[in-house]
Amino acid sequence: MRARTVAVAGLAWLVALAFLLPYAQMTLTALTPEPELTRSPGTYLPTSFRWSNFTEVWSASPLATHLQVSITVAGASTLLTLACALPAAYYTARNRFRLRGAFLLLVLVTQMFAPTALVIGVYREMVALNLTDTLEALILVNAAFNLPFCVWILHGYFSAIPRELEEAAFLDGAGRLGALTRVTLPVSLPGLVTAVVYTFIAAWNEYIVALTVSVSDNRRPLTVAIPSFVTQYQEHWQFLFAASLISIVPVVVLFVFIERYLVSGLTAGSVK
Amino acid sequence: MAASPPRRGAARPAASRLAPLLWLGPSLVLIAAVVLWPAVEMVRTSFLRISSSGLTLGGAGAGNYRELFTSEALVPVLLRTLLWVGGVVGVTMLLALGLGQLLNARFPGRRVVRWAVIVPWAASVLMTALIFRWMLDNDSGLVNRVLLDLGVLDAPVNWLAEPGWALFWMMTVAVFVSLPFASFVILAGLQAIPRDVYEAARVDGAGWFTTYVRITLPMLRPALIIASIINVINVFNSFPIIWAMTRGGPGNATDTTTTYMYKIAFVEQDVGQSAAMAVVNFGLVLVMVLLYLRVTREAR
Repeated sequence: MRARTVAVAGLAWLVALAFLLPYAQMTLTALTPEPELTRSPGTYLPTSFRWSNFTEVWSASPLATHLQVSITVAGASTLLTLACALPAAYYTARNRFRLRGAFLLLVLVTQMFAPTALVIGVYREMVALNLTDTLEALILVNAAFNLPFCVWILHGYFSAIPRELEEAAFLDGAGRLGALTRVTLPVSLPGLVTAVVYTFIAAWNEYIVALTVSVSDNRRPLTVAIPSFVTQYQEHWQFLFAASLISIVPVVVLFVFIERYLVSGLTAGSVK
Repeated sequence: MAASPPRRGAARPAASRLAPLLWLGPSLVLIAAVVLWPAVEMVRTSFLRISSSGLTLGGAGAGNYRELFTSEALVPVLLRTLLWVGGVVGVTMLLALGLGQLLNARFPGRRVVRWAVIVPWAASVLMTALIFRWMLDNDSGLVNRVLLDLGVLDAPVNWLAEPGWALFWMMTVAVFVSLPFASFVILAGLQAIPRDVYEAARVDGAGWFTTYVRITLPMLRPALIIASIINVINVFNSFPIIWAMTRGGPGNATDTTTTYMYKIAFVEQDVGQSAAMAVVNFGLVLVMVLLYLRVTREAR
């Protein structure tokens, strides 16, 4: 190996460590017995790893319920986003029509509205529709705010597939739907996977709308429930981070899974 | 963008003219119901007088705005927001230029390093902020422990109770969680630069620095613009970091307009005035994005 490569690799691995450090600390804290967490100054490593923190956290709070809420909200909003984004992205990629540009612009502008910026309006709307404290409200909001990204990324992938490929399948007697399911979808699978994972994670991590709209404990997703392990009345940092890891690890794995598509997805979706 | 394909016939039947509506309909309904409605509702609310229990007491005219602009906290909060957005986005973009380059270089273990950099992007920002809050804990935090052991500090510092330090650390967290996205957009931009451009520069005898300034940076322009704009919007709206670490406190000492807006609505229970703050907020983002576009266009 050349000296330069060694230097670059060394630097890069240091950077990787720096990015992982907070999450390593999260893991260590999750494994520390509670009495050790109140020591001052703090300890670097727990005297013993308390793995049972990870089992006790399930009874310390209705974590299973919150997990179920998060899965339902993230899953349903991903499905809803896809159901809306797929036809729109496909149609705008395949057809020129009046107002096509206007539609794509609308989608782009929508991306500028974050749930945080509109949270007061969203709250007022949900009150008016009598949807506060429902999962439906969270599903609708997450689906709508992730729609623009999905439309753009899928539009990019669909546009890149030559029409001839589809037409060949169509002429071979596959039919319109057959051409779509046997040619277009498989070729644009990376885009589809990226859109799905991205939406799922964004909905999974959504905080402010859930904080504002959800009231009952059994309708609160993980993001809203987890911080309540540490309040002015109680401090269970070990449970807080055990629960955090339970919520973080699956989505990080999902995200790592689409890493190779992220670069091309970002290029197709936005840089163009 | 490709040229439009030839139409099959000039006159199209009404059914096919309605076809776009069928395909775009679901998206349009969703956007109208969940993005446009709240936006309109928010503007409308900003002109209403609303009681703390949520009842509309009647029109307020410009009252909410007048009250907002005369409140003492507003100017410091606005200035802090500018510092927050400018500082975080500026530092993020500078670091991301380096990090994007690093992730694009060839070295053993590159894939694993990319995975590591992705983690704060995938992990909930709220939970990342919470681990930093714990590491900065006055009594048992890792940061105080390390700095005490290194002899940098003589006594533990209560980082998040001192507005200046709290702001510094929260901006650090904001940079930390913004870096992955910005770096990956720049990485995508770097990969889109054709190799032969660099070949040509090498043949012309251009040095490393000249090549970077004359070729890489200009060709990264679209990526840089996209990354900064999305960053400005995200950082402006980054509520969970401040909410998890200081709640904007002590007092309003670490509030940005976003947390301030939230406090007016749900702590002071004045939804009308909060909506006015939100409208001002949105105007600010719009102005910043437009200014930024203008500046980068002129720099061309």
